Amino acid sequence: MYGNAYIENNGKELNSLTANEDPIKLAEFEARIAAGEKIEPHDWMPAEYRKQLVRMIEQHAHSEIIGALPEGTWITRAPGFRRKMALMAKVQDETGHGQLLYNAAETLGKSREDMTNDLITGKSKYSNVFNYPAKTWADSAVIAWLIDAGAIVNQLANSKGSYGPYCRALERICAEESFHLKYGHDNVVFLATGTPKQREMVQDALNRWWEPIMHFFGPSDKMSVHTETLMKWKVKMASNDDMRQTFLDMYVPKIWDLGLTLPDPNLRKNDETGKWEYTEPNWEVFKQVINGNGPCNKERLAVRRKAEENGRWVRQALLNKNAKYVAPLS
Amino acid sequence: MKIKSLDPRVTRSNIDEDTQEGILNPLDHFETYEVFEQRKRGIHHVHVGSVHAPSAEMAVVFAKEQYTRRGQCVNLWVVKTSDVFVTEYEDSDIFETTVNKKYREPDAYKVIDRINAFKERNAKQNA
Repeated sequence: MYGNAYIENNGKELNSLTANEDPIKLAEFEARIAAGEKIEPHDWMPAEYRKQLVRMIEQHAHSEIIGALPEGTWITRAPGFRRKMALMAKVQDETGHGQLLYNAAETLGKSREDMTNDLITGKSKYSNVFNYPAKTWADSAVIAWLIDAGAIVNQLANSKGSYGPYCRALERICAEESFHLKYGHDNVVFLATGTPKQREMVQDALNRWWEPIMHFFGPSDKMSVHTETLMKWKVKMASNDDMRQTFLDMYVPKIWDLGLTLPDPNLRKNDETGKWEYTEPNWEVFKQVINGNGPCNKERLAVRRKAEENGRWVRQALLNKNAKYVAPLS
Repeated sequence: MKIKSLDPRVTRSNIDEDTQEGILNPLDHFETYEVFEQRKRGIHHVHVGSVHAPSAEMAVVFAKEQYTRRGQCVNLWVVKTSDVFVTEYEDSDIFETTVNKKYREPDAYKVIDRINAFKERNAKQNA
């Protein structure tokens, strides 16, 4: 899970930022990408390519780590031993994915310590959805099914991107995610086909999570910043709206199939255009939450800080004085 | 203010909402080791990624958790990233095979025409 479809951008026109690059090297670089070849860590690359990739992979890594928190909430109270084991395995996977992604970002020259510090001081972002609480067991089911589904749409697209280490990490991640999706679907189906109380629980969770899920892919293309260069460099592989459409196409019918509803009276597929129509989610709320004012932002970062602090004495006991920092190879 | 969470473990941890703890120094998360996995006996070990670890022994523990949770693995190698000597992609022309090294390739050796001619000649002589 948890591919972070939305790249926080500084809003600058990217074309102007390649103005200082060596035109011959830039042309070679772009030709390599256009030919479908991968860029590897020590290759020449435009400063802006490096910066945007670090930002994106780092946010993705943080999302994996922070995303394990709302789901982890339900480990102690998972209904039954099998679900408890499965949820622990899923949360372990997400944490592992975070580490794979941190390593990919490190190959571009930012250390894991710097990334962690930027996370816990609030400088780096992570996927907005994890600033919401998982109120009931049904929330954890909806997260495991639909947030993972959204993430897979995004990650499958990005795994065809241009940066070798990121693609390799995503391939491994996507392979592991297929269990998450099945597990989440199984949990939702179990509740949706259960007692009236269970159906009510899963419907409530769906109502709560629908707006965050619609936010997940980022602002509408109409309002998002210039991404043409990022698309050409195969950093961003699909537009926010295109990914949202793919997701709706794959999952809304499956939700309706279970007799569940979604809290948007305008949600329908237009048979002529083949596109989904929906009420534009409230992007002001999205901005508020991503900038620290969501229901769980403070808790997520405080818990993350505490985890680093609690582990400090163990790490210090193991510290090797002669260690020297070298970025991972690939 | 202490954090009150839906997660009882978080509430029990008694965490201050405005805690300033946790900031890391360089190398607090250790150096990196490259990980090589052998999926079954008889095939090569293959590079699968890296882990941060304080020693080779711990690197094996982390690599086992990180890379062998699913599927088969019969053997792991770890080696400090700083001990790996690597070539640069910009020097990748050193791997190009030039025409005058054609003798390294199997298709540089074509004998069938010669054998056939030899057989034909022999057949004529013996006729």
